[in-house]
Amino acid sequence: MSETFVLEVRNITKRFPGVLANDRVNFTLRKGEIHTLLGENGAGKSTLMNIVYGLYSPDEGEFFIDGQPVDIKNPHDAIQQGIGMVHQHFMLVPVFTVLENIILGSEVTRGTSLDLTKAREQVNALSREYGLEVAPDAIVEDLPVGVQQRVEIVKALYRKVKILVLDEPTAVLTPQEAEDLFRIMRHLTERGVSIIFISHKLKEVLAISDRITVMRRGQVVGTTTPADTNESGLAAMMVGRQVVLQVDKGPAQPAEAVLTVKDLHVLDERHLDVVRGVSFAVHSGEILGIAGVQGNGQTELVEALTGLRKVESGSVTLDGAPVPPRDPRFLFERGMAHIPEDRHKHGLVLPYSIADNLALVAYYKPPFANGIQRNEQAIIENAVHLIEQYDIRTPGELLPAGNLSGGNQQKVIVARELSRAPRFLLANQPTRGLDVGSIEYIHKQIVAARDSGAAVLLISAELDEIMSLADRIAVMFHGEIVAIVEAGKVTKEQLGLMMTGTSAAEALA
Amino acid sequence: MNTTRAPFKLFLARWGWFVGLGALLILALVSYGRNPTSTEAVLASTVRQATPLVLGALCGLWGERSAVINIGIEGQMLLAAFIGFLVNVWTGNLLIAVLAGALTGALLGALLAFMSVTLKIDQIIGGTVINILALGLTGYFYQQGLTTQGKLQPIPLGPLADIPLIGQVLFNNPPITYLTILIVFISHYILFYTRWGLRTRAVGEHPRAADTLGINVYLMRYVNVIMGGALAGLAGAFLTLEAVGSFERAMTNGRGFVALAVMIFGKWTPLGSWGAALLFGFATAMQTQLQFMGVNIPHQFIGMLPYLLTIVVLAGFVGRARPPAADGVPYEKE
Ligand SMILES: Nc1ncnc2c1ncn2[C@@H]1O[C@H](COP(=O)(O)OP(=O)(O)OP(=O)(O)O)[C@@H](O)[C@H]1O
Ligand SMILES: [Mg+2]
Repeated sequence: MSETFVLEVRNITKRFPGVLANDRVNFTLRKGEIHTLLGENGAGKSTLMNIVYGLYSPDEGEFFIDGQPVDIKNPHDAIQQGIGMVHQHFMLVPVFTVLENIILGSEVTRGTSLDLTKAREQVNALSREYGLEVAPDAIVEDLPVGVQQRVEIVKALYRKVKILVLDEPTAVLTPQEAEDLFRIMRHLTERGVSIIFISHKLKEVLAISDRITVMRRGQVVGTTTPADTNESGLAAMMVGRQVVLQVDKGPAQPAEAVLTVKDLHVLDERHLDVVRGVSFAVHSGEILGIAGVQGNGQTELVEALTGLRKVESGSVTLDGAPVPPRDPRFLFERGMAHIPEDRHKHGLVLPYSIADNLALVAYYKPPFANGIQRNEQAIIENAVHLIEQYDIRTPGELLPAGNLSGGNQQKVIVARELSRAPRFLLANQPTRGLDVGSIEYIHKQIVAARDSGAAVLLISAELDEIMSLADRIAVMFHGEIVAIVEAGKVTKEQLGLMMTGTSAAEALA
Repeated sequence: MNTTRAPFKLFLARWGWFVGLGALLILALVSYGRNPTSTEAVLASTVRQATPLVLGALCGLWGERSAVINIGIEGQMLLAAFIGFLVNVWTGNLLIAVLAGALTGALLGALLAFMSVTLKIDQIIGGTVINILALGLTGYFYQQGLTTQGKLQPIPLGPLADIPLIGQVLFNNPPITYLTILIVFISHYILFYTRWGLRTRAVGEHPRAADTLGINVYLMRYVNVIMGGALAGLAGAFLTLEAVGSFERAMTNGRGFVALAVMIFGKWTPLGSWGAALLFGFATAMQTQLQFMGVNIPHQFIGMLPYLLTIVVLAGFVGRARPPAADGVPYEKE
């Protein structure tokens, strides 16, 4: 009588110590559809998907595949059932080649040896068929995230997936890369693959989904379709209140220059010149945005400004004092705050508690330390306060940061950096992976920091974020700043042109 | 775009091994021309000295490639040497004795795997437990005056053994030494060319990724640590059943730890470890030879030779190596 779904889960409940991550969740997936899971940070989306993929075992609940009850106890079972997953934090072995990553666990062999030649042919055939370009012999850690993600998708296709879970795939992609991904997703659904898609970006959710299911605090709130709702409708459904999607800020009041960069040159790992003679100044009371397609030197620029990477030539001064090489403490002591691009690599110590992570930068100073001794009470109080203020969803301040949902990990970093009343704030993809409610809050905080006199350098792959937050926008292309423009006087299209190499004179004409 | 990497460094990183090998080869030939007997003696001794070291290094390597640090190699060797010796005393059968040695190492490997994979005890402590256990057991049960019924003898490989220089060095060895050379190449093959090797390396680098692909991380670690243990056991059997022919207290004399150094110098690769072990073996052989020839240098200095040589070669030729990323970290599901 009832419809048969490719995948159906019934009454899934999952408890973590102190959290009910999934509370009697029901979810269905039709053949060939893109079904989006939407919800606040910590709503339980990744948990549900990890359960479907056999990584977590549910406390209660049942799975049905094509109407048949199945048991999924581990990823092996899930793979057998044709389920593939691209995780929120990629699951690639960094030192392996693309090919090795793809075949791992499903190797083709000839006799006792791996048959890499055959595997390479299969992978090449797959990438041709789906238009997913990957270089089989490249080492994964050398690849940009967009390409790494493609590798993840090929990995799933290689296992002949019928059901593909994409957990926040677009969080780390540039708009162009995201477009590419959507093209691939449509291509896959045409071939009968069914996709579960997780994203916080409402625009793309409305554009790509067939159905949308919204979760809040572990429960399913409801299911809708793009035709029946719009951005603010979705936002309200997720957060349970109206969300202001527009940043509301007054005009900037720029004063003296805080950070001055002159003719900066930086090399990357391969000793290639990736930042080539960059000069700019960030003033107190303004937000300077850097727009650019990922991989045009932004990462290396930031690493140089934060003392993580060697400056080849040129100068960086903070309030007139030259920034010494590789001395992050010098910077922090002078009021620099940094929201890093890669929260796992540079932002958090995952096994440490949230409280310790929140005290990480200033741990050696009062109030967090008395002489050489830690002041536990101050550390805890600080944490309790920030968890409340930034709405970090956690059962307690002593939970290891690694156990937080992706978005809540990001909030820990943002809370730590913004709460120090910075003189200079370097925000690199500050709202990556955050839900609309949290983005609204963090944007407000960044504007508040600006208004209290901080100089803010904002780097974001989201043109929308740059356009709505920045007062001036610098466009970076091939390691150079090709133009610096007033935010109000440029369109998205003009920025897009300059980001892809059209000269400023031409683009702004 | 311009590249600015010092070309000399690049050259050394890529060709360092060959340069070193070539230099040694020329040295060997020159010295063979001047003094054939002692050159042959030194080189043959090099190969045999290297045997327990490379076996120990492979034990460490298989563990660490799957992210289990094994500092219990010394203990595994020692207890295996002891048990192998006892079995030979009782049965008089060298083959059974060697197998008993390997089995002993494997059992201690299973113990280490249980402690570090299942109980998730700190792996350094787990290894130390094994070392102390082996030292205690062998010390307690050791009896003086036990004698074996012979030891493993060199088997010349027909006409190959008659080739000047090489024949005596490579083709006139006792069985465990031959077997070890074979194991080095088999290990290299398994680690880099088979499904098992790929999965092992994945488990050592990023166990969660391996887990998400349906690979049983715990099983991989158990098997690798146990197989590694068998190799350390074989090294122990080598000491009592092939090299010396009797057991003495603490006779491993730090070889299990040197083996770890050998593994690191070999950059966690079987062939590299073999090269490093030969280097150590050579230095040890030279040291004996120099003392034998009565060179007028205090013997303490001659005793330093293996270590000095290692430092020089390391500093000069071997680039920075990177251990497996998850090395020493227990894997937690969820
Ligand atoms: N391994 C774990 N141990 C303890 N708690 C966990 C663990 N994983 C997740 N949680 C908790 O379960 C809840 C749901 O987390 P989940 O990762 O599913 O959220 P999410 O909806 O994916 O959020 P985000 O959008 O931020 O990624 C959170 O409160 C989180 O702290
Ligand atoms: Mg998530």
